[in-house]
Amino acid sequence: MPDAKGPDQIFQGALTKGEILLPKCEDCEAYHFFPRVLCPHCHGAAISWKQATGKGRVHTTTVVRRKPERGGDYNVCVVELDEGVRMMSRVEGIAPGEVAIDMAVTAFVSEAEGAPAVLFKPSEG
Amino acid sequence: MTAELRGKSAIVGTGHAGFGEAHGLTAYDVMAQSALAALGDAGLNLFDVDGLFCTMMEDSMPALMAAEYLGIQPRFIDGTMSGGSSFVNYLTSATMALDAGLCDVALIVYGSNQRTASGRLVTASRPPAYEAPYNPRYPISAYAMAAARHMHEYGTTREQLADVAVAARAWAHHNPEAFERGPLTREDVLGARMVGDPLTVRDCCLVTDGGGAIVMVRADRARDFPKAPVYVLGSAAESSHRQISQMKDFTVTAARDSGARAFAAAGVTAADIQAVELYDAFTINTILFLEDLGFCAKGEGGAFVEGGRIAPGGILPVNTNGGGLSCVHPGMYGIFTVIEAARQIRGDAPGIQLKDIDLALAHGNGGVLSSQVTAILGSQNTL
Repeated sequence: MPDAKGPDQIFQGALTKGEILLPKCEDCEAYHFFPRVLCPHCHGAAISWKQATGKGRVHTTTVVRRKPERGGDYNVCVVELDEGVRMMSRVEGIAPGEVAIDMAVTAFVSEAEGAPAVLFKPSEG
Repeated sequence: MTAELRGKSAIVGTGHAGFGEAHGLTAYDVMAQSALAALGDAGLNLFDVDGLFCTMMEDSMPALMAAEYLGIQPRFIDGTMSGGSSFVNYLTSATMALDAGLCDVALIVYGSNQRTASGRLVTASRPPAYEAPYNPRYPISAYAMAAARHMHEYGTTREQLADVAVAARAWAHHNPEAFERGPLTREDVLGARMVGDPLTVRDCCLVTDGGGAIVMVRADRARDFPKAPVYVLGSAAESSHRQISQMKDFTVTAARDSGARAFAAAGVTAADIQAVELYDAFTINTILFLEDLGFCAKGEGGAFVEGGRIAPGGILPVNTNGGGLSCVHPGMYGIFTVIEAARQIRGDAPGIQLKDIDLALAHGNGGVLSSQVTAILGSQNTL
C-alpha cells in the first residue's frame, strides 16, 4: 500500500502544506502529541486528526547561550496548546530572554533546521 | 524490590578509576580498572564474577563489550540503559539475580573517558525527532526548563540554586578524590557564564573521566569479606518520560514514587537517613530530589538548601563526596551515589567521614529527569 501514511508522515505532510494537524483519540476524545498509533491516555487505537487552534501558552522556557559568531542566543521552550498538549518549540519575534512562562503565543509554520516546523510568536492584544 | 528482598544482598567491594583525566585510556580501560579496584577491595578476582551489570555511553551492546574486554563469560547480564540511574537500578536486578541463584558474584561497573576524549558529553542516543529541530542543548536545556518552572511556581531563586553548588564544593574541598576542590562562593556561581537560563556553568555538573564498580554477593556470605558489608535494604524505580517536552509536571519527578517504594521496602523513612547521596547533574536536581524523596515539602527545597544547610556542619549531609557538581561526573554519575553511600556506612569515605552511619540513601537520575531510582543502604546494625 504505497499510499499508506503513518502518524508521523501525516503530521509532517500537513506541515509541508502549512497546516498544523493534531492527533485526537476517538475513544477518550483527548488530544496527544507527539503523533503515534495509539492514545497514550486511554490506549485506544482510533485516532483522528484535527486542525490545531494554534493558540497556547509558554509552559516553560530557557535561553540557549551561544557565541555571537555562531549565531547568538536563541529560545527553546515548551508550549502548552489550548488542546491540552505540549510541544517543544521556540518563540520568535522577541528577544529570547523576553519569552516568559504563561505568555500567550500563536503558532505558525516555518522552517527549523531546513524542514517545516511549528514555531510560535507572541499573541496580539 | 519488595520487603521480602530487604537485606538479601550486600555490597562487599567498591572501586573507582580515572577520576578527573584518564589520559591515554579508553572508556573500557577505565571500566576495567574500576572493576579490578572493586574486586581487590572485596578480596576477589575476575574469575569469581558470574553476573555482570553494565552499560556505557558508547555502543549498542556495552555489557557484551565489557564482558569480552574483561575476559569473563558471565551467566547473568543486565545492560538495561536508563541513563545515569542505570547503576542504582542494577542494585535491584543484582539482588534478584543473587537471591534466585542466577549468579553468585555480581559486578556493577562503568567507565568513561569523555573529558580527555572530547571534553563534552559523549552519547550514543539520538535527539528525539520532535525536539531536535529546535536545537535544545542536551541535557542542559531540559534541566534549565525544569528550574525555570520551579522558580515560577515556588519562588525558588538563583541564589538558592547556587547554594547547592556551594555546598557540593564545600564537601569536595575535603575530598582528595574530588576534581574541583577550590573555593566557590554563591557570587562565583551567579557570576559564572550563563549556559542555559537560569543555569550558569557552575550550576552544571563537571565533565570528567572516571569509572566506578561495585561487587555484590548474597547476604549469607557477606561477612566473609575483608570490608564490612553494606546491605541493600530497599531499591525501587519509576520512569515517567523520555523527552523533556513530555514531562507532565516539571516540578515533580518520579523520585516521589521510587523513593516511597524504596523506603517501604527498607522499613524506614526520610527522617531515619543519615547521609543522602543524590544525582546532582544540575543544581535543580538536588532541590527536586530532596522534595520528592520527602526530606522537605514540595516547593520548600530552595529554602531547605539555603545558606549551607546541606553543606558540612549543616542540618542534613547531602552529597558528601562533592557530587557530580564538584567530585566527578563522567557522563553518568549514578554509580558514585551508591559508592559514596556504601563508604560512609563502612567508615572509609575519602573526604569527610560522618560518624556512625548506619543508613544512607543513594538516588540515581537518568535521561532528562526521566528515570528515577532510589536505594536505601544499611549497616549490619540495620538488619
